Amino acid sequence: MTIKYNNVYLDGVSTVVGPYEHNGPLTRRFDRYYDDMYMHEDSFEDAEIHLMKESVDILLDKLNKKKKEVNLFVAGDLQNQITSASFTAKDVKAPFIGIYSACATNGEGLILGANMIDKRLVNNTLVSVSSHNMVSERQFRNPTEYGAPRPESATFTATGGASSLLTNKKTEIKIESATLGRVIDMEQIDPNNMGACMAGAAIDTIYNHLKDSKRTPDYYDLIITGDLGKYGKEILIEYMKKDYNLDFTKNYNDCGVMLYDLKSQKEVGAGGSGPVCSALVLYGDIIPRMKNGELKKVLYVPTGALFNPTLVFQKKNILSIAHAISLEVVK
Amino acid sequence: MERKLYNKIVMNHKPKEHRMKNAIISFVVGGLMGILGHFLLNLYSYYLNISTSDAAVFMIITLIFLSSLFTALGFFDKLVNFCRCGLIIPISGFAHSMTSSAIEFKREGYVTGLGANIFKLAGTVILYGIVSAYIFGIIRYFVLGGI
Repeated sequence: MTIKYNNVYLDGVSTVVGPYEHNGPLTRRFDRYYDDMYMHEDSFEDAEIHLMKESVDILLDKLNKKKKEVNLFVAGDLQNQITSASFTAKDVKAPFIGIYSACATNGEGLILGANMIDKRLVNNTLVSVSSHNMVSERQFRNPTEYGAPRPESATFTATGGASSLLTNKKTEIKIESATLGRVIDMEQIDPNNMGACMAGAAIDTIYNHLKDSKRTPDYYDLIITGDLGKYGKEILIEYMKKDYNLDFTKNYNDCGVMLYDLKSQKEVGAGGSGPVCSALVLYGDIIPRMKNGELKKVLYVPTGALFNPTLVFQKKNILSIAHAISLEVVK
Repeated sequence: MERKLYNKIVMNHKPKEHRMKNAIISFVVGGLMGILGHFLLNLYSYYLNISTSDAAVFMIITLIFLSSLFTALGFFDKLVNFCRCGLIIPISGFAHSMTSSAIEFKREGYVTGLGANIFKLAGTVILYGIVSAYIFGIIRYFVLGGI
């Protein structure tokens, strides 16, 4: 389903990151960073809440707005029962929609917010996401200090908080259209190869978006997927070529690959993941490049693997989803 | 979407495991652990003037203490990640798994967190260790006549 928007714009963005993201190639473009994983809090869970709250504060400071001016707050994260979002919502005090699409949460949030603005139900929507490497490690994998070897195809949950404010007042960057994704089952069961689980959803959503809007990949200056990582990116390029005969070698990249330097940061494996991964790259890298005229039309496709550790051990397939959002620079 | 084609492409883009390299690293590190253990064994039995079986207990305690300490200091997980089975299979791996669980769940309280979860990873080893010891004990008693 592709939705066209007439009056939805991106007012501002903010990013807060942890040490691994700060040491990556996009280091100078984030608003704030922390050297340690606790962010001056007592536990990793508190640290993640801190990241999301801080990203909201930075954004509102930048835009010179107060919390009570926010009409609607849409947020999600990876922590069990999206508690980072709830604790942030308690402070924001605006009406709150908590959402979950794993690593595609930011896409779902932007689409929900854009729909509410487009239908004139609200004037602005604050969209936030966060994730924390250590919180995900203990929730989905092993204790954080346990040094279990991981295969090269495994991805690394990004640490950070990211927020954006959508508005109906005209700004440089317009949310032009969006495609809501479907849940896809490619019969993958390996949680250490998320790229293979999610590439199917990304392919499905991108193909549907192009078909619905009657466009070719060349229409966009850049198409970015959420967190497929090095191997998922290769799968997408090859499948698009073989099945649909679409060339994705020129203007396509993946946020998980862009967030880290895969050569020097060996610990990240195949790349970054987590809801904040694609948000950090979009807000920290793509939006500034759109503002300075380097990019004009961008298709942002965050991808999420919908699974939980219990069902993985019960050998259930790992489902995936992807949403596509088309961003354009307007004069 | 064609699932067959997709799965074929997925198989083509799977990174290869460096089994040989991992095996060699594990072999060398495991061997060094053995040397260290034997060195400690001789050291204790010579200087403390105790029997080899007593010295073996001292040696195991030393290795457990060191791996727990290094886990708590925060760099042992990187070593284990590199040395793999060289450090996981010896007693150091067992101590590492327990200490890391203990550190991890301390925040949730000593009873509901640390106590309930300390055997999260090591529990498997203990359960199947006891079960197999029981089975081999029976075999030893009945088949080999208790030798």
